[in-house]
Amino acid sequence: MPEKTYLQAISDGLRQEMRHDQRVFVMGEDVGVYGGAFKVTQGFQEEFGPWRVIDMPLSETAIVAGATGAALMGLRPVAEMQFADFVSCAWDHLVTVAAKQHYRAGTPIPIVLRLPSGGGFSGGPFHSQNPESSFAHIPGLKIVCPSTPADAKGLLVSAIADPNPVLFFEHKHLYRRIKSEVPDERYTIPFGEARTHRPGEDVTVVTWGAMVHTAAEAAERLEREGVSVEVLDLRTLIPWDRAAVLESVRRTSKVLVLHEDTRTGGFGAEIAATVAEEAFEHLDAPLKRIAAPDSPVPFSPPLEKAFIPQVDDVVAGLRELAAY
Amino acid sequence: MAVREAEPVGSLQEVHDAGLDREDLLGIYRNLLLTRGVEERGHILYKQGKIPGSFYTGRGNEASAVGVATAMGPDDVGCPLQRDMGVHITHGVEPWRIFAQYMGRADGPTHGRDGNVHIGDANLGLHAMVSHLPAMLPVAVGMGLAFRIREEKRVAIAWCGEGAANRGDAHEGMNFAGVRRLPVVFVIDNNQWAYSTPHHLEYAVEHLADRAHGYGFDGVVVDGTDVLAVYREAKRAIEKAREGGGPTLIESLTLRMEGHAVHDDAFYVPREMFEEWERRDPIERYRTWLRDNASLTDEEEDELTAGVKRHLNEALERAEASPMPDPSTLLKGVFAEPEELETPHHK
Repeated sequence: MPEKTYLQAISDGLRQEMRHDQRVFVMGEDVGVYGGAFKVTQGFQEEFGPWRVIDMPLSETAIVAGATGAALMGLRPVAEMQFADFVSCAWDHLVTVAAKQHYRAGTPIPIVLRLPSGGGFSGGPFHSQNPESSFAHIPGLKIVCPSTPADAKGLLVSAIADPNPVLFFEHKHLYRRIKSEVPDERYTIPFGEARTHRPGEDVTVVTWGAMVHTAAEAAERLEREGVSVEVLDLRTLIPWDRAAVLESVRRTSKVLVLHEDTRTGGFGAEIAATVAEEAFEHLDAPLKRIAAPDSPVPFSPPLEKAFIPQVDDVVAGLRELAAY
Repeated sequence: MAVREAEPVGSLQEVHDAGLDREDLLGIYRNLLLTRGVEERGHILYKQGKIPGSFYTGRGNEASAVGVATAMGPDDVGCPLQRDMGVHITHGVEPWRIFAQYMGRADGPTHGRDGNVHIGDANLGLHAMVSHLPAMLPVAVGMGLAFRIREEKRVAIAWCGEGAANRGDAHEGMNFAGVRRLPVVFVIDNNQWAYSTPHHLEYAVEHLADRAHGYGFDGVVVDGTDVLAVYREAKRAIEKAREGGGPTLIESLTLRMEGHAVHDDAFYVPREMFEEWERRDPIERYRTWLRDNASLTDEEEDELTAGVKRHLNEALERAEASPMPDPSTLLKGVFAEPEELETPHHK
């Protein structure tokens, strides 16, 4: 099986779906001639033409609303925000129109919004955010946060097939740093099924996106100290795999919830509350949360490093839990 | 450069040239009567305490809505707004379902999940509005984009009020439609008041249609109380868009003859303004035109009026028989199921 980067896997998955289904098309800023700010759609316009790979004016509202309208007419738009941060400009059309249209009017809105997200490269306050929890609070939206190349491809295919608006958070820091085996053929990965990234017995880490790799690195260090850590990758937040989390927590009896998004109101709080409601009797230590502090994402490297949870932070948290 | 101001429609011959025969003309009259009738009955239902929340009407805008809707082709689509009941009526949304919607009943188009004129019927090409105006305008542009991608000769109508025209999504939608010459017709129902704010505090250009030039397409101002002039301008714009000529911005000038919603007595609108526009009442104006130009007889008029009354009575009865929604269905439809995409609409 060929090895591919996270970015190649997304690009391959998207190209495959566009070849497979004439209704699938791409719209976004600089996605055509330039191939996208991160080159996910490089070469697409040559293959599919200017009306299936549409360079949009700098108009996030027109992108998301336009995708919604095209979806209502039976197409399957895959819209790109150049950075996930810019989705704030299209909030209304995502949250007010796309998320609620099926509930009110009964018309499905099968759109995928690709959102290059996350920090770690001095992108500053407006090119580094992980706004997934803001959208997890909005009924009607599905939220996908893949951490591996194979998951990114399979989840993208599922996202395009899904009859609902799907927010596909691609972590920019993983684009070219993560490389692993990805099947060439077309396949899907269902939403709402967590993946055990690393099995373990003593502590469970529940996480997603780039933090899966941070957690795995921390788990290796704990392994050397004789602590067996399970890393559970949620893969999708809406829907999220409650059963897998509860099963793992009941087995290990200790849990750390880790995310790159800020702490207050982060999706980790929802997981923590669910564990408290459903698995309280199984806990041998207070649940621990590690997340970014409640500040904008800073630009300068030492500040950003202090903001994004680091392997050392997770190691310290795991040691605390193991010793409890 | 000032935009074109449309002339009123004159003779029967001119109307025939615009594609309407006498039967069409009577159909327009019926749709106007039905539109106003639905909203008047709705008002009574509200006073009877049968409508939860607030209640909005489009009194004064009937001709604008019916005129545009009459010009649409069978496969054209659009996102009509809260003053555009006439669009729903003209396209065949049944009044009993509208009453059921008003009253939050299970058989309304949104099954009690939304109220007022927040309705649509995808099979009729109408897509339900949201309160955040004009959020559906760029959505309609996306519909036009789909037609362009598939090279279909269909047109999307994007409605907007003069107040909402000042929001950013109107700009983004119109700009994108202009850039790609999409088959979209923008209709700004300029009823001169955004809630209590007069138009001179909303925009500084003489006509909102002047903005069309900024987006690279044509604009036209039409008297929104003249149903035939609205029809003619809409028809012209729709057929131009259908043939690849790109968008047009139609500004349809009316006066909102009631408050923003039922709770608002519109004390801020000068009395003389209401009196002046009452004399231009779109339905009375059209009735006079029909009598003068199309030999509308007393018998025909009585028959039409009686038919509308009967229709509304039956519709009300049927709507009142519709049950309230079952609370156990609260979560139904938050997400769509895959099989819902296996419709002709989505293939």
